[in-house]
Amino acid sequence: MVKREVVGAHYGLRDWIAQRVTAVIMAVYTVLILSAVAGLPQMDYWQWKVLWQTPLVRYATVLFIVSLLLHAWIGVRNIFMDYIKDAALRLTLYVLVIGALLWYAAWAVQILWGA
Amino acid sequence: MSRSRPKYLNLIQIRLPVPGLVSILHRVSGAVLFLMLPFLLVLFELSLESAQTFARFKAVFSHWAIKLIVLGLAWAYLHHLCAGIRHLALDLDYGTELAAARASSWAVLAIGIVLTLGVGALIW
Repeated sequence: MVKREVVGAHYGLRDWIAQRVTAVIMAVYTVLILSAVAGLPQMDYWQWKVLWQTPLVRYATVLFIVSLLLHAWIGVRNIFMDYIKDAALRLTLYVLVIGALLWYAAWAVQILWGA
Repeated sequence: MSRSRPKYLNLIQIRLPVPGLVSILHRVSGAVLFLMLPFLLVLFELSLESAQTFARFKAVFSHWAIKLIVLGLAWAYLHHLCAGIRHLALDLDYGTELAAARASSWAVLAIGIVLTLGVGALIW
């Protein structure tokens, strides 16, 4: 029997599962939020605002944002792993992407609670 | 042992099978969605901040170029979603035969485009 050493950083399976769990969360959210928007009696500012102020919508959206953050990170990191050969450049891009995603998440939460 | 076999790595010459096309579009659409997140957040912020910014949002959104960008992003989202659902099915070992894999790839391409046309009809 061949005894194989497991090598690598050991985040492959965790990321593989995370990518799928976050995808399912976002797919379900997409259907629900589109039905909610379609169910608005009319599309004016007050209806729109009330929809996004509903606690359930807010927390579901936060769950969506967290899922998007993880999902986009794993996806973009994989793209960089494939095409960016230079380690220093790749690490720099990782830092920029993480920074951008955290900024977007904070921004989105601010939009949701600021209204 | 060295083998000399033909390698076609010229992107112009490669004839990509449909599942390959769906796969690379999955990647491209994901990258586009990531890059356009600030644009979507700006629109979302405009729509929610106040009644005045909501009016500005409607004005901005009525421009054909903005609609075209939104439509492009709608396609990216829908294609990414459909290709993702296909991927989950493949993970569960559904549709892994060649014929089924090709058929589901065509379906992903078609559903993505048809739903995008639906979005276009809604916003225009």
